[in-house]
Amino acid sequence: MGDLTRLSDEAMTVQLQRAAFSYLIDYANGDTGLVADTSRQGSPCSIAVVGFALSCYPIAIRNGWLSRADAVARTLKVLRFFSRSTLSEAPDATGYKGFYYHFLDMQTGKRVWQCELSLIDTALLIAGVLVAGCYFDGDNESEIRELADALYRRVDWGWAQNGTSGVSQGWKPECGFLHYGWEGYNEATLLYVLGLGSPTFPLTPAGYVTWELTYQWESLLGRDVLYSGPLFTHLFSHAWIDFRGIRDAFMREKASDYFENTKSAIAIHREYGERNPYGFEAYSRNFWGVTAGDGPGDQEMRENGRDRRFFGYMSRGVPYGPDDGTIAPWAMLATLPFAAKAALAGTRRLLDRYPQVCFQNRFSSGFNPTMSGNTGGWLSDGWYGLDQGLLVMMIENHRTGLIWKIMQHCGYVRDGLKRAGFEGGWL
Amino acid sequence: MQSITSRAKPDDEETFLRRVRPEDWKNPVPRNAYDFAIVGAGPAGLAAAESAVRLGFSVALIERNRMGGNSLNVGSVPSKAIIRTARVYGTMRDAEEFGASVPKEPALEYSKVMARMRRIRMRISEYYSVHELTSLGVDIFFGSAGFESTDMLFVGDAPVYFKKALIATGARPRVPDIPGLDRTGYRTSATIFEMATLPKRLVVIGGGPLGCELAQAFRRLGSHVTIVQKHPKFLPREERDAAEILSRSMARDGVEIRLNTAVVRARRENGTNILETINNDVESDIQADEILLSTGRAPNVEELGLEAAGVEFDTVQGIKVDDFLRSTNPNVYAAGDASLSLKFTNAAQSSARMAVQNALMQENLRWSNSPIPWCTYCDPEIAHIGLHVWEARQQSIPIKSFTVMMHDVDRAITDGQDIGFVKIHIAEGSDRILGATIVASRASELINEMAVIMSAGIGMKALAAVAHTYPAQSEAIMLAAQAYKREFDKTTEEAARNAPG
Repeated sequence: MGDLTRLSDEAMTVQLQRAAFSYLIDYANGDTGLVADTSRQGSPCSIAVVGFALSCYPIAIRNGWLSRADAVARTLKVLRFFSRSTLSEAPDATGYKGFYYHFLDMQTGKRVWQCELSLIDTALLIAGVLVAGCYFDGDNESEIRELADALYRRVDWGWAQNGTSGVSQGWKPECGFLHYGWEGYNEATLLYVLGLGSPTFPLTPAGYVTWELTYQWESLLGRDVLYSGPLFTHLFSHAWIDFRGIRDAFMREKASDYFENTKSAIAIHREYGERNPYGFEAYSRNFWGVTAGDGPGDQEMRENGRDRRFFGYMSRGVPYGPDDGTIAPWAMLATLPFAAKAALAGTRRLLDRYPQVCFQNRFSSGFNPTMSGNTGGWLSDGWYGLDQGLLVMMIENHRTGLIWKIMQHCGYVRDGLKRAGFEGGWL
Repeated sequence: MQSITSRAKPDDEETFLRRVRPEDWKNPVPRNAYDFAIVGAGPAGLAAAESAVRLGFSVALIERNRMGGNSLNVGSVPSKAIIRTARVYGTMRDAEEFGASVPKEPALEYSKVMARMRRIRMRISEYYSVHELTSLGVDIFFGSAGFESTDMLFVGDAPVYFKKALIATGARPRVPDIPGLDRTGYRTSATIFEMATLPKRLVVIGGGPLGCELAQAFRRLGSHVTIVQKHPKFLPREERDAAEILSRSMARDGVEIRLNTAVVRARRENGTNILETINNDVESDIQADEILLSTGRAPNVEELGLEAAGVEFDTVQGIKVDDFLRSTNPNVYAAGDASLSLKFTNAAQSSARMAVQNALMQENLRWSNSPIPWCTYCDPEIAHIGLHVWEARQQSIPIKSFTVMMHDVDRAITDGQDIGFVKIHIAEGSDRILGATIVASRASELINEMAVIMSAGIGMKALAAVAHTYPAQSEAIMLAAQAYKREFDKTTEEAARNAPG
């Protein structure tokens, strides 16, 4: 690790990016192409991680980590798997109505854990499918384009509105639609854009308007921001879509855009780290990244007469919480496109002080130095695929803008953005 | 030796009952026609009676049960007395932070907690006691009222004629349709304080204000409490961050939280209540010694003969009133829980006083012009006034919130009460305040400053210049206004710099 921090910013970043990418290779199933949710023994596939993997293969080609032929083979394996998978109301199907279950068996591709048919995770998967469809433009790559197009067109986004103007977060064959909808700004922009862009089963534009009604524009810790607490919510949609200069009705009203908003959110996270109101260990302007991720687990600790409550895997946020002193070590670097200086300063400081957070050059999902005792803090076991995939994409967008450029040429994404009311910039 | 504060006087309850419904009471002979007849002597009816009689009008006040309504007898007053005790226990839990050492499990005598509650209730009942009101000149009738025509009602056999009337019959706990529930001996807000002992296992069904307040309070007193809420969050009327802070606070207290969970069946086995629940597709049973229903309130509008009075109503929304609180009979008004969606004591009192002004003083005061603050008395408290952000956005009003975290407020830090926030919502492009949401240990007090500010039409610029005591938790309000002022000054300066010439 000492070697890593002695490298130049560019060299360090590329090493970390490559190591993150290698997760998507190391933990992919050779038969199905599915990628494991985590590196832990017996982990099922997360369809979202597959979406990130599909998006990262072109990055790997560009960087010389995969040959084009290898990337094509891996991409086809995944697309063929989903194309041939069983979509039905059966409880062990792979999906239904063009959506897929959140977690699948790595070998058979069947639903596991009685999990939900996940709209947002399907959106992340489909975003990767569209990257593949747009990127692989060779004459001998037409099957990728055809499969990608078919997979996108068969998603019945309208069904997920369940006769309402909103969109449910999921569905289960055992009980139907989940009661959870989307309230307040978050990572669902991508879901709405993909749903609105569909030529076959689109979301109604009213759905996006209804969602925007729940947005909160706040002056918070000295910054104006469209509020959302967890850092990842300000990043996920941006992994695929370049929001610089394009604005929907809400952002026109606020004379901002979603890219600028993420910059504000990062500033708020840093300011919160500096203020460190609850006295967590290490928090500062260069130690931040409160977001969704693994955590120490449900337990309590008494420190200086104060109860500390810790949580397991959950979505943590700033400044309203929940916050138990856990940060996601990858999160600072993932903000490179928005705040490069802060991202690098924070990452370097983290690697210097707590090198254990980056084993084999891959960041763990969660780290909590407050819960120390004599052990140097709590550290999440292994790696999570979502973290690795997002990091690869964000570093690449910062370096070359590759994924943003690919998606700027995706007709479905352009249509979806326009139907959501986006104008200006590259649109 | 017993301490003075914990000693329960044996005659507290007797005194209380004498004040709210004397056993030997005889209704007066009705006058020819009253200027104002009020049906219901809860917070709305009592406030209306006092206002009307002080204005010089003849007033008949009719109550079928006890004066004081739910608020005094079984609602706000007793619950806040219990919540105060629960807060003491919460503070003892955190005593170490303040340098104090207390036993890990301080002993609690539930009977003394309830005795304190009854003593407080007795004390508060004095102001609107039967004696006080009759001394003011109010004719009080105990019995059920039934309208016979548009200007007359009966109390028992006695006809009461009126020129104007106010219906203030309040609301009662709504009982959900759960098979088997009737065999569990469930309790509602009306009966929860009749428990002689602290239940070992209490299940609260419903995550509205009262359900959350009592779930947290009984947990702190020592019950094992499970709260079951069918919605994905508590307090559906409040904003998400406020509800989530409350959720975490209750979890920290040890309340077992079951959100997005419906009770589908209830049964009794070997003396234990069992609630069958479902969360999405996951079924589970919860055992309970006591069950508290907190699933909303139904307006008391039946069996009043409202049809004869020409007063339209329905059993869910209550009595239909216009913005002047007038029913479909122009001489009959309604106030409080019987007609309002905001079922809070202060809303009941405020609407009653407004109805008196409109009915008797020929005023045309509009209910929609009255910002009514409300509060959920958990720890931290959650209070709100005016528009919510989503309401403003639904009305296409550009809105912006200025937020101050309580952990940035010195007094909140010194008090060890730094969880929460003050958000002031303004119409963007102006300094007009549209509403405020406060999550703080004493949000119920802080929101009243916002009520004054909004009623007086004070904007953020003026508010920023109002000196507050230091340190005080209400400084958060001033700090939010100062954040606005800084932004305003910056924008003004930039505009001046960019102006042509």
